Formats: sequence, structure tokens, C-alpha cells
Amino acid sequence: MLKEMIFSGFGGQGVLTMGSLLAYAAMKEGKEVSWMPSYGPEMRGGTANCMVNVSDEPISSPIVTEYDIVVVLNQPSLDKFEPRVKKDGILIWESSTIKRGPTRDDIKAYALPAIEIATEELKNVKVMNMLVLGALMKADPIVGTDSLMTALKETLPERYHHMLPLNQEAFELGMSKV
Amino acid sequence: MGETKLMKGNEALAEAAIRAGMQGYFGYPITPQSEVIEYLALEEPKHNYVLLQAESEVAAINMVYGAAAAGSRVMTTTSSPGFSLMQEGLSYIACAELPCVTVNVCRGGPGLGTIQPSQGDYFQAVRGGGHGDYQLIVLAPNSVQEMVDHTVLGFELADKYRTPAMLLSDGAIGQMMEKVDLPDPIPYKPDKPWATTGKTPDRERNIITSLYIKSEVMEKVNDRLQAKYQKITDNEVRFEEYHLDDAEVVVMAYGLSSRICKKVVDLARESGIKMGLLRPITLWPFPEKKVAELASLDRVKFFFSVEMSVGQMVQDIRLAAEGKKPIYFYGRKGGIVPTPDEVLEFARKKIEEN
Repeated sequence: MLKEMIFSGFGGQGVLTMGSLLAYAAMKEGKEVSWMPSYGPEMRGGTANCMVNVSDEPISSPIVTEYDIVVVLNQPSLDKFEPRVKKDGILIWESSTIKRGPTRDDIKAYALPAIEIATEELKNVKVMNMLVLGALMKADPIVGTDSLMTALKETLPERYHHMLPLNQEAFELGMSKV
Repeated sequence: MGETKLMKGNEALAEAAIRAGMQGYFGYPITPQSEVIEYLALEEPKHNYVLLQAESEVAAINMVYGAAAAGSRVMTTTSSPGFSLMQEGLSYIACAELPCVTVNVCRGGPGLGTIQPSQGDYFQAVRGGGHGDYQLIVLAPNSVQEMVDHTVLGFELADKYRTPAMLLSDGAIGQMMEKVDLPDPIPYKPDKPWATTGKTPDRERNIITSLYIKSEVMEKVNDRLQAKYQKITDNEVRFEEYHLDDAEVVVMAYGLSSRICKKVVDLARESGIKMGLLRPITLWPFPEKKVAELASLDRVKFFFSVEMSVGQMVQDIRLAAEGKKPIYFYGRKGGIVPTPDEVLEFARKKIEEN
């Protein structure tokens, strides 16, 4: 099994965190992983992404140009990465802010108004990325839900641990939306 | 028992240095390797090393010189423009025969260039970027795990031969996270009778210098250095082979490019092309014997080198192959990483031509 993925959105939306949580959880399950961030003179509001590979075998190239899974949280990311989803691959897109949705019919596209749901149902837009991660895990359960929750607990500084239940709620809500 | 973690290359390198018993770090922040000094600063209270942010890379390398002369296990890390600033100091350290580890997390140049990953500093690393006849032992990690392994190895080789070792990495390896097995802390017991630790009544003064005014003496120093470099060349060549057993096309790459090329070999094999990868792990000493051996095989049609530069290692391959086989080059510049597909496309074209 080799899954090649990219998570892309505005800096601050939590795309790098989504990718590293997934990589961490997969590593804990004994898989090989790589996480490669776009880096540069980045700032909040600019576009950020990370490529994540999860595999049963050692990973050759950490950099890939076509993906099994693409998660996009803003319009520029969708425009850039929709053409790079492999045939029959998965595209998850944030549908409350992206105006022009995907046009391809040879991929599995999932629209998720994550920002709207997080704001209205959970009253906290910051857990939006966990909603999206939940949706992804429903569309393709690459790792176990428990592993992801453990990953969050082990990587989140203790002073934020009171946020864990809300994150779990967001994750489960995301799963129910696909 | 070591431990397994998910770490960035730069952080893993810093942690490895701590576990290798590093006693001093002198450096100056520069993207894409600033996480090294950041990590070491965070960890400093828990350990017993000196951490100093120098006023410049010139100062940092001279602090390394001083601390190494006093017998300490020391390191500095930087990225391309910073490494250029260190060349004078490195030449002094090589001549004074002092062990230390230096790291260049390479970015795109020339000039201030870009902060994206590159391999444009190969010549500077393997030809001795400073003045005079000297060499650095150059290790080229291609994973976060090797950032750890090579840091430990770098310290060991530097001590063994009393010579500076370096890691030539790149921004991508420094920034990416992978699974990494960290070694247990290594008890470091310095055995450096030559160090300037203060004269005792029972021995002569230890003098560390790179200044020898008399030509006859300077020539002898050079002879000694060259004998040492020959010993390193005889004993420390390291490389990795991937599907070379029946290879008709040999691709050569190091660092990040070698990861890309592993994928290229897999893709090529799927479509029936007998390709193999030869990855130098030590860039100096270069695996010339292995190249020469492959070049003299009838089944090998040609070599090609893949680099994130305009083609530097390709010259070492040509020297080692001694004209026996065509040597081609494919590369991207300025911080762009070649994709497996474009490399394979290049290989296909060359197969048609041959």
C-alpha cells in the first residue's frame, strides 16, 4: 500500500497539522511515512501545503506530482491540484468558501462545507481541519480513528488538552458528513 | 534502547549531535536550517553543551576552530551563503588537523539565491571550497534517518582522522519529517593528547597552528595531509547500490535526488528498462572504483547523473569512468526538484539515442 497525498490551503487553516497528524498516526501503526511541507517566506493568509506519503514499504521519493488523495481548503489550491488527482483518486474540498468546484468526473470528489459547520455547529472555526480529517478518514480509512486521536493527544501541548473533546467531536462530525 | 520519532531532518540532526556527545555548537541562523540552532537552544538547559549564536558565520567557524583545538567535540551548521563565509576557517582547521562536524543544508544559488533545496554546492564541498590543498570528508544524507546516522558518523570520522567532516544536505531533507530511530546517547570519552588543554610538567607544549613560514616545513605538512587523505580514500568510501546487478543503464545521484531516482528505477523496471542506481554516500572520497568497475562492464550502455544543479558530480563520474562509457546529465536549477517522470523521460530519450 502506498498513498500519496497533498493537503493545501491558506496558512493558518491547519493543513500542515492535518498532514503531520496523519503521518504521526500512520508511523505509530508501523507504517513508513514522509511529510514534506512547502516552505518559504510564508505568512498567515498565504498558501501552504504539505505532501504526505504513507506506505508499507520504505518510501522512495518524498516528492510526488500526482496524488491518490488531495485535500484543498481554498480556491487557488483546488485550481492547482484538481488536475493532479490520479484517476479514481479522492478530492476533498471546502465547499463553503470555494466558489468554483471541481469539474472532473473521473475522480471521487467530496464537497464539505467544513468552515460553515465548524462555525455554526461547533462554534469554533479552529477545529475545521479536524472535520476535514474526519471526512477523509471516512472516504479512505488510511489509519484507525483511535490512532489519530492518540496522535493528537501526543503532539498537542498539554496546555491545550482541554480542547481534545471538541477536536474529537469535530472529527466524528466530519466522518458523518461523507 | 533508542527511540522512534517523527522528526524534521534539521531537528533530528540536532538531536543526534546531542546524543553523540557534542560539547559545543557555534552557528548563525539561516533558512532552511535554522531549526538546528532553535532545537539546540530549547534542549540546552537539559544538557551540558555550550551553545553560542555567533555574530556571523565567519565568527562561528573560528569559534569551532578554537573549541576543537581545545579538544572539544564541536559542530556548526549553516546553509549555502553561510557556508561560503566559512571557507577560510575550514582551510585553517584542515591544515591544523582538527576534528569537527560542519553541515551545509544547501539552498539554491549562486548569490543569496533562494531558500528552496539545491545541490549546487557540490564542488565547494568536495574540491575544498577554501584555499590550499585540503579535503573534507563529505557525507550526503538522503533521509531524516541519515541526518542522524551521518552526524554520529561524522564526529567519529573527524576524530579518527583529525580532520573536519561535513554533511552536504539540502533544504528538503532538512525540512521534511520522517520516521527516525534515534540512538542511545553515546558516552563520549575524548582521547586527544594533542589538544591545548594546558601544559603539564611532564610533556612539551601542544601547539596548534596552520602557519608554517618555511617552505620545507610547509611541504612536509602537505605530505602528511596527503598521506592522511590517501588513507581516507582507501578506507572510507561508502555507497549504496540499487538494482545494479543486471543494470544496462546506471543512474547516479546523491541526497534528495537519489530518492527521486530510486522511484525512477522502479518505474523504469516496471516498463522493462534495466536501470540501476549507484548512490555515493561519501561524496569525498568518491566511489571511483565502483564507477570504473561498472564502466568496464559490457552490459552497461551509459551512465547519467541527476542533480539539483547544472551538473557538478557528473564531472567526477567522467573522471572515474575514464571515457569508457557515455556520461549524461539531467538536472534542475534554482531550487526546483526534478520529478521522477521527467527523469525517466530523459532516460528513455538517451536509450533511443544509444
